[in-house]
Amino acid sequence: MTLSFTLNGKSVTLEVAPSLRLSETLREKAGLLGTKVGCDAGDCGACTVLVDGAPVCACLTPAARVEGRHVETVEATTETLTRLRAAFLRHGAAQCGICTPGMLMAASALLAETPQPTPAQAQEALGGVLCRCTGYAKIIAAVCDTQPASPGASPAQGAAVGASPERLDGAAKVAGDVFGADLWQKGGLVVRALRSPHPSARFRFGDLAAWASTHGVQVFTAADIPGRNCFGAIPPFADQPALAQGTARLRGEAVALIAHEDGTAPPDLADFPVTWEVLEPLLSPAAAMDDAAPLLHETRAGNCLIEGRVIRGDAALALAGSAHVVSGQIETGFVEHAYIEPEAGAAWMEGDCLVIRACTQAPVMDRDDTAAILGLPHDKLRIIPSAVGGGFGSKLDVSLQPLIGLVTLKTGRPCRMVYTRAESMASTTKRHPARLWGQIGCDKDGLITGLEVEGIFDTGAYASWGPTVANRVPVHASGPYFTPHYSARAKAIHTNNPISGAFRGFGVPQAAIWQETLYDRLAEAAGLDRLDFRLRNALRDGQKTATGQSVQAAGIADCLSALAPHWTRALAEAANHPGRGVGIASCWYGCGNTSLPNPSTIRIGITGAGDLRLHQGATDIGQGSNTVIAQIAADALGLPLAQFALIGPDTALTPDAGKTSASRQTFVTGRAALAAGQSLRAEVLRRLNMGPAAVLTLSGTTLSATENGQTASLDLGALPVGALGYALMAEETYDPPTQPLDANGQGVPYALYGYGAQMVELAVDPALGTVKLLKITAAHDLGRIINPMLATGQIEGGIAQGIGLALMEEYLPGRTENLHDYLIPTTGDIPPIESLLIEVADPEGPYGAKGLGEHVLIPTAPAILNAIRHACGAEVTRLPALPHRIRQAIREAKA
Amino acid sequence: MTAYLRPVSLNDALDHLASTPARILAGGTDLYPATQSQTLNGPLLDITALPDLRGITAQEDGLRIGAATTWDDIARAPLPPALRALQQAAREVGGRQIQNAGTLGGNLCNASPAADGVPPLLAVEAQVEICSKAGSRRLPLSEFLLGPRKTALQPGELLTALHIPHSGLSGHSQFLKLGARAYLVISIAMVATRITLQSGQITGAALAVGACSATARRLPQVEAALLGQPVMGADRLIDPGEVAAALAPLDDLRASATYRAEAATELLRRCLNSTIQTAGAA
Repeated sequence: MTLSFTLNGKSVTLEVAPSLRLSETLREKAGLLGTKVGCDAGDCGACTVLVDGAPVCACLTPAARVEGRHVETVEATTETLTRLRAAFLRHGAAQCGICTPGMLMAASALLAETPQPTPAQAQEALGGVLCRCTGYAKIIAAVCDTQPASPGASPAQGAAVGASPERLDGAAKVAGDVFGADLWQKGGLVVRALRSPHPSARFRFGDLAAWASTHGVQVFTAADIPGRNCFGAIPPFADQPALAQGTARLRGEAVALIAHEDGTAPPDLADFPVTWEVLEPLLSPAAAMDDAAPLLHETRAGNCLIEGRVIRGDAALALAGSAHVVSGQIETGFVEHAYIEPEAGAAWMEGDCLVIRACTQAPVMDRDDTAAILGLPHDKLRIIPSAVGGGFGSKLDVSLQPLIGLVTLKTGRPCRMVYTRAESMASTTKRHPARLWGQIGCDKDGLITGLEVEGIFDTGAYASWGPTVANRVPVHASGPYFTPHYSARAKAIHTNNPISGAFRGFGVPQAAIWQETLYDRLAEAAGLDRLDFRLRNALRDGQKTATGQSVQAAGIADCLSALAPHWTRALAEAANHPGRGVGIASCWYGCGNTSLPNPSTIRIGITGAGDLRLHQGATDIGQGSNTVIAQIAADALGLPLAQFALIGPDTALTPDAGKTSASRQTFVTGRAALAAGQSLRAEVLRRLNMGPAAVLTLSGTTLSATENGQTASLDLGALPVGALGYALMAEETYDPPTQPLDANGQGVPYALYGYGAQMVELAVDPALGTVKLLKITAAHDLGRIINPMLATGQIEGGIAQGIGLALMEEYLPGRTENLHDYLIPTTGDIPPIESLLIEVADPEGPYGAKGLGEHVLIPTAPAILNAIRHACGAEVTRLPALPHRIRQAIREAKA
Repeated sequence: MTAYLRPVSLNDALDHLASTPARILAGGTDLYPATQSQTLNGPLLDITALPDLRGITAQEDGLRIGAATTWDDIARAPLPPALRALQQAAREVGGRQIQNAGTLGGNLCNASPAADGVPPLLAVEAQVEICSKAGSRRLPLSEFLLGPRKTALQPGELLTALHIPHSGLSGHSQFLKLGARAYLVISIAMVATRITLQSGQITGAALAVGACSATARRLPQVEAALLGQPVMGADRLIDPGEVAAALAPLDDLRASATYRAEAATELLRRCLNSTIQTAGAA
């Protein structure tokens, strides 16, 4: 049909199918890509647009329905949107930015009716838009504070560290950023994957050529892969094919690619020539460990991928001699990352170089894995990370990169691919389901004597980050407490379930649920206040961890002490309210790879024209490395933050800053940025013969240094230009100093640790088993606060994910492959969060800074469980603590 | 290309339905999520341009709610206190985006066990108005909903409206929904209660429970136990055994059957109390 309507104030006429989703109409027909598609089911609200002023999900609106009407998208220029955009930037309300257009449009409709909304009104109006990054607090604050305000000034020279400037990549986010699905070359192919509907099956193809020819498409299978059809995050364990080769090991595994001409209708895959021989799947570690169970990977006996262990002293003996011992078990399920951006990307050739632009957390790993699969040398493959609409660990693994790379390589034509929500949920990694059991003892004074724990982790069909989880868990299962005798083992077991990989915390959140709930019971057994018990046992500088590492800059006692007054207040309040409970839990987390190198390199250059550029390869998935790394570089060099232009990430333009994981970017890449800034500064001062305290000024092509009334200047334009185009340049690398772990897990796994503790106040409705969160107070030791607004944004967002883990999230393959059966927290599920930022500077960190990104999620779930137990006695040991499980636990507690 | 018709007269719509089977498209909030495709498979009959299908009108025999009336329309309309439960349910269907598009008729025709509109409508004795080329008929809502995704709608028929008789418009009502999160949640259980009071005694009681059985249902025995009783302590007359017997509750990924029976009783008691309070305050 010919469709005419008003789009952002302008008349448009488009030729469309009447039932075409409005989201697709706007994106593909009108070319407005600011409207984001997260689910195609009305579950996430990312595609919210206004039709005659009313917010609707564009994905549920037939194009024909807007005939003659006014449609407003994030591309509109209205006074309300302008104020909202400014408020979002001022408050740090956009992290990854994928939900931002939907949030802005929903908020815009609210402000039209209610110009000055209360937080409760904003919460309700935005209840239909999901955000996975922010925990909503800053979004609500922004929507309630849109009165024109002067934009936050960029921090002064030398004062970038510790300031909260508007994020440097923020303007794009509030305009509708360019994510994986939003940039491609026209006139190419659209790629779709045929995926296994079975968790375990062998398959054979029929006449693919005939089918392809009938449908006017091209088909690619494993047989077309020119390189090694095997990848994996950790090379020695690589075991995953880009396209399955005769055997599918999980539901959702890609077995073939179908490429059709862009702009034509996709073919119906119902008659795709594939025959499945369905096999009995192994759907639990117990089944997979059975002696009779078939092996998913023939070299892995017992379907065991790996066992990690840390043994120190004699835990059994220590427990036998302890005054108090508690034991227990916890179980968790699959948890889905549920970023709002499903995997998406595009590929094209630039000369003889294959270019892949896609959402990722690890561009260099993508390049290495994809190059191996496609049989390309590294210099013939360029990875450009798109804006990333949330990652949280899952976008560390390659997903569609080798798939679109293959199609472009084979055809020489550009292509693009966007996963459906169901496809994203079925085929990408999850948090490992865990079963952990063991015991912890203390002496009569409440000092921990020994701990024994074993864990089984369902690592799914392929290795992914299973080895990391199996190694991190034994290192961290003591929590940040001095534990002289210790035995921890964690096994990762293959099943035909979804691939378990990296998810914010790499298994440590599951371990913390076990240890922190047991510590509550141990404190009780010892007759001690729960916070006091933790403080008594808190790791102190000079004490040894379970791996025998001597601790420095241990901030846990400071975090617990910071919570103490809140704790006293909360306990007193709870005592007067039946059903109220208060819980506490701690975390610690080693930043960077476990006993493995993970260097970052940062380049800073100044051109002859006076342009100051930071080659920043640390992928910003919303957490803020684009801003934080620049803040560190600015102060290290001694020029204003506002003068820096960011380059990258892009494997052709930025040196390797490693992956965005393991809470390593602020620490590791930050150290590289510090070194690069200092190095460039030293070079400038050397050339100008000025002392270290000189103040630099970059004005036009003149770089000057002033000290004690003396100024010396460099004419940048007169300097020779280096190979990389700079008149002045520095490039520095930092790799955290660690030592390998021996057979008993003894060694120095991390160069620094971050610490934290959270306190949860809640009310349990005992008759329904429901929980109302009232407040969460979070004390986190950041070493040195680089950017308070981004730090609190991480805390709020991590807590939101911890709430999901504790109370509602469980992924069931084939049953919750959407965002209405798989529930993540909405605006109404997050209580007020008070962040207490603690600074116990670590000499290893840049300006003393430590990592934070994963720490913030770890204490939330156990603190909630501890508060539930405090409120009503219920001990929930199977997560999530859904209402029926809490009811059951209440009944058991009463029995 | 798939046929897509958006008639502007009911006769045209019914003519079309009589000759060609078509999928009926109202708010789209259930049809689009059911496909991965960017268009809907058809043929499609879009009923949102039909006159008299949207809006709420007072009629001689009660209130008529057009089938294409949106949740937002319902939430904003000035309605008698007996329909308060329906208005509360309207604000719990998805987020604002869904409330602006989704329709009451669509909610009924989709026939989900967890349809938010059903318990409040059962509690007001709603009847459905069904039209076809052959004429129109009315059916109690309870006879329209035959099971999950199953209704009494015959080929060629269109659900055009809901009718609330005067008997259903008396008294006060309230709605309670229980889910694992605050917004956008498919409920574990939900209840609607409507009561009429006279001198502190319950003279009329309608209790309905959704998301616990294959279709939402009224609880006549539990209602009967309330009649003639003083409001004080009336909630205790809701007997868990009778509630469980009436519901034969579901066991699924959202909750166990045992829990549902327990929760339904508790929700009914709370909802009754809040209805009594509202009625008393009026």
